[in-house]
Amino acid sequence: MDPFLLEAIVNGILLGGVFALPVLGLNLVFGVVDVVWLCYAELVMVGMYCVWFLYTQAGWPLIAAFAACLPVVAGLGLLLHQLVVRPLLSSPPITQVLATGGVLFILQGGAMLIFGTDFRSLGVEMPPMEVGEIFVSGTKLIAFVAALVGAGLLWTFLKFTYVGTAIRAIARDREVMPLMGVDPRRIYLVASAIGGTLAGLAACLLVVQLDVHPFIGLSFGPITFMICVMGGLGNMLGGFLAAFLMGVIISTGGFWWNTEMSYVVAFACFIVVMFARPRGLFAR
Amino acid sequence: MIRIAIALFVALAALPLLGLPDYFLHLGIATMLSALSFTGWALMGRFGLVSFGHGAFIGIAAYTMALLWNEVGLSPWLGVPAGVALAVAAAALLAYPCFRLRVVGHYFALVTLAAGEIVRILIIALRDHTGGSLGMTPRLAPDNSFAAMQFDKHGFWWLAVAAWGFGILVWWWIDRSMSAKALAAISEDEDAAASIGIRVTREKMMITLISAGLAALGGALGAQYRLYLNPESLAGIGISLQIVFGALAGGMYSMLGPTVGAAFTIALEETLRVSFGTAFIGAAPLVYGVLLVLFILFLPRGIVGWFERKRWAPRVGR
Repeated sequence: MDPFLLEAIVNGILLGGVFALPVLGLNLVFGVVDVVWLCYAELVMVGMYCVWFLYTQAGWPLIAAFAACLPVVAGLGLLLHQLVVRPLLSSPPITQVLATGGVLFILQGGAMLIFGTDFRSLGVEMPPMEVGEIFVSGTKLIAFVAALVGAGLLWTFLKFTYVGTAIRAIARDREVMPLMGVDPRRIYLVASAIGGTLAGLAACLLVVQLDVHPFIGLSFGPITFMICVMGGLGNMLGGFLAAFLMGVIISTGGFWWNTEMSYVVAFACFIVVMFARPRGLFAR
Repeated sequence: MIRIAIALFVALAALPLLGLPDYFLHLGIATMLSALSFTGWALMGRFGLVSFGHGAFIGIAAYTMALLWNEVGLSPWLGVPAGVALAVAAAALLAYPCFRLRVVGHYFALVTLAAGEIVRILIIALRDHTGGSLGMTPRLAPDNSFAAMQFDKHGFWWLAVAAWGFGILVWWWIDRSMSAKALAAISEDEDAAASIGIRVTREKMMITLISAGLAALGGALGAQYRLYLNPESLAGIGISLQIVFGALAGGMYSMLGPTVGAAFTIALEETLRVSFGTAFIGAAPLVYGVLLVLFILFLPRGIVGWFERKRWAPRVGR
């Protein structure tokens, strides 16, 4: 096989790992609360600014900045749920989506107001590693491993704890669970906090690879939604697999054409998948 | 409502005769063309068909028109209809499988969102022709300004009034047709509507194509008026959300709601631009977002919807 193609495929899988975390977060929130957070990528953006500020401006060690980023974005997720989503829980779904779209503008505008439109970089770079005949970026590899660990932790939490079981149950049947003694409002809060935490984790992994600027959400936000829908909204495993599929499509598309065309191909694939399997690739 | 609309149309058509300053005319033209796009969006939005991809149709129409003029020399008088036709064809290509396969609600919104992004990225990728992110300008033709559709503000004013009036007329015409009632039934329950003999896919297709066409017309004329095209402001998620916000703020359930929404958003943008300037870059989207959330929380039927409820509240029923 052409080593460049192989490299593109490996990079695509690594890219899929980065997509996987926000996809899991969005799917969790959608599956439990039944609301699409249109501003999810902007939550990641806030997390990236948080790490950047603490590391380069406040002089914190990188690990401490990462550790602080998670609760900050989780808190933001809680705030979003309490202030915007909760009053609209009984409104038509589209109103809820639009409201979170408004939050998208708020976060973007806020970031522009505070940090300006400059591209901010952490300035952390690891040398690429040579594996066989191909080169793999060290930061990407670490991000990929961290994404897998994050996904594993989430799975463990959902599978083996009481709250996790309640979350899965409420995603399965919203009407019956309250009768079984589970307070849905508490579960919504927990899911929103976890959704925010996953956005924060994604921010930590992205900020070492990309420069952060107020519009960065627009560059990976739409693709995240596409992946979620491709895997089936609310379907965690489907979304997880679709993230890697989309990563490989984009990366190999960049190998055959250029980066922009690869995104066009990825979006077109998404639309075709929607027509072939309207409930997602991995719908039961 | 149609009487208010006719009075507004006559007043708007007569307004330039008063010799108003160019700045006012500029705002008026921008408002009317946005109002046309917003009206187009609300035509389907009010029936629960919420599209986040109207930017795609606007982008296709505007760039088709500009490219036909720059590369082939086809007059925008033909280029605008050609662009709108292409946008409507794209809408058909997107909407037909969606409706046949019952892609609704969140899924429909996200599929249309993807369509908007495809058009935006395609425009950027085809930068040899479109100028990519830097945008493009239609070639100026000072000696042949009529064929090039390049008028001064007065000339364009009447074009904008006519286009806006056409959009309102379409709304009025649809409101009087059986289709409006069929679509209202569909938005409540598709299966029940189908069971009483409503052709669900056909009705939804019709409203979607008209909606895409009107939005595309507004966008193409707007690009021609400004003589500047940019992928960020004509396609993609940004413009699509702005359309939705404008229609929602004004009130997407009444004929003049989107027009009021356009006036409101443009007045807001201008106020923010003039008062903040470039000193507080980012303040505008911030205020915009806060207002959007507040509108959805407290005025879900928009400005016009709020007034209507006040006026008709004492009466029994509707």
